[in-house]
Amino acid sequence: MDIKREDIVHLADLSNFSLSDAEIGNLSKNLQDIIKYISQLDELNTDSVEPTYQVFEMENVWRDDEIVEQEANREALLTLTKEEKDNQIKVPKVL
Amino acid sequence: MKIANKKVTAERLVKDALEKAKHFADYNIFTFLDEEGAIKRAREIDEKIARGEDVGRLAGVPYALKDNFLSENGETTASAHILEGFKSPVTATAVEKLEAEGAIMIGRTNLDAFAHGSSTENSYYGPTLNAFDKGRVAGGSSGGSAVAVALDIVEFATGTDTGGSIRQPASFNGIYGFKPTYGTVSRYGVVAMASSLDCIGFFTKTPEDMNLLMEVASGQDPKDMTTLPDFYNADATKKNSATRIGVIKDFDNEAVDANIREALKAKCKILKEKGFEIVELDMPTLKYALAAYYIIQPAEVASNLSRHDGVRYGFRSDDSSNLENLYENTRNEGFMSENKRRIMIGNFVLSSGFYDAYFLKAAKARTLIVKEYEEAFKKCDYILTPVSPNLAFKLGEKVNDPVAMYLEDLMSVSLNLAGVPGLAIPAGMSGEGLPVGLQIVGPRRSDRQLIEFAKELA
Repeated sequence: MDIKREDIVHLADLSNFSLSDAEIGNLSKNLQDIIKYISQLDELNTDSVEPTYQVFEMENVWRDDEIVEQEANREALLTLTKEEKDNQIKVPKVL
Repeated sequence: MKIANKKVTAERLVKDALEKAKHFADYNIFTFLDEEGAIKRAREIDEKIARGEDVGRLAGVPYALKDNFLSENGETTASAHILEGFKSPVTATAVEKLEAEGAIMIGRTNLDAFAHGSSTENSYYGPTLNAFDKGRVAGGSSGGSAVAVALDIVEFATGTDTGGSIRQPASFNGIYGFKPTYGTVSRYGVVAMASSLDCIGFFTKTPEDMNLLMEVASGQDPKDMTTLPDFYNADATKKNSATRIGVIKDFDNEAVDANIREALKAKCKILKEKGFEIVELDMPTLKYALAAYYIIQPAEVASNLSRHDGVRYGFRSDDSSNLENLYENTRNEGFMSENKRRIMIGNFVLSSGFYDAYFLKAAKARTLIVKEYEEAFKKCDYILTPVSPNLAFKLGEKVNDPVAMYLEDLMSVSLNLAGVPGLAIPAGMSGEGLPVGLQIVGPRRSDRQLIEFAKELA
């Protein structure tokens, strides 16, 4: 398939990026090349094959229903943010 | 490896390692050197030795930590701008286990940002240079760790391997690099890349050292629900009983560097002389592993990296007018181009209208690859194959061509898709003086025997 400028803008939107025009140009070519490469999977017959999403021999792992103390407390976590006010993380206005 | 004792102090071992790290500064191996902390921890070990206390199996052994492992020593940046300044309040289980045995982290090593790459050129801090040729790449993504061991700065280094990130740099720098069975070593406290593929492993100079590190690091962790019950130490008395070694027919072609093909033939000759049977394997689905990998991996990357938004930790872009703008600016300025490519490809293959054609198709291809390995291991005990199609390439040669860079992973990614273990082993030098590497692959949970078998090829 052909990747158009609006496809890149849409994907950037899904990915939360604000791309410059130059970046959109470069990514159009890169993504086109990558999609062409991964499309070779079309050659592979996967009729009636079940998908595999993980290779861990998964079984339910149970633990007692008890509160486990976390290593990092609220104060330690709040030191990681750039802006803090009144014991909360501060961000610009939402709307 | 050299362990500290009453004659050779931990302080001496650590100071030697730090001195070498500074001597090789131009290779751009470390993103952080913990001189003060490492020497302090070494002195504590020496005091315990003096008092006759138990100091552990890795007492005073200096090591390098790939900078995507969280610990309270230094910032964990994953060589990405967006994590700059992030000082973790928690420590990775693997780090806790190594340090409980007395190992001493001297520094954090460079990687492709978020482990996205095969050359360490995608690092925010610039590329790490190859240990044998400064004009060539270290490989990646764990390039810094590989070079730290290859230049004999440290006894061992940690790595992560999602599609070859331990094995390829190990082979580019002439050392051992191990990717265990999926779920062998806890990933708690390691920056996630693609969760159904990520494995933690090590770089060492000998199979014996690798075995010791796996004994220390393996085992179930309540903080990582994907860890298996400890089969590695449970297998301690089970000896390697391999007799049949497989080679993959499709990988013996012109696209693979002649030095690598010759090394493979030479190793097969040695094995035959030792009485092993060489079995030719037809594995026609493996050539699709890379395409499946570059669908599944970016899909998981897109999901794992969505947490980086500038709000709670790491880099935050200045002067954003509203919250959405803050997310977009932070992510745009904080991620490298390759991070963006992978996130966008991931969102593409998962988006409505393309999910069935790409993501579901790749998940089905993954089933066929798992089955192909299961069938292969009915015919042989282990498989001997190249790690990558070429030797260490020149800096700048592939960094602007993503597909050329992805092809580096052609022979390494199928192991991650199938969850099987692989050990990169040194296999001589090319005429140009570059290391040649191969990998041995075993069935799931054959890790200990596989490392034991590597001694046959040493």
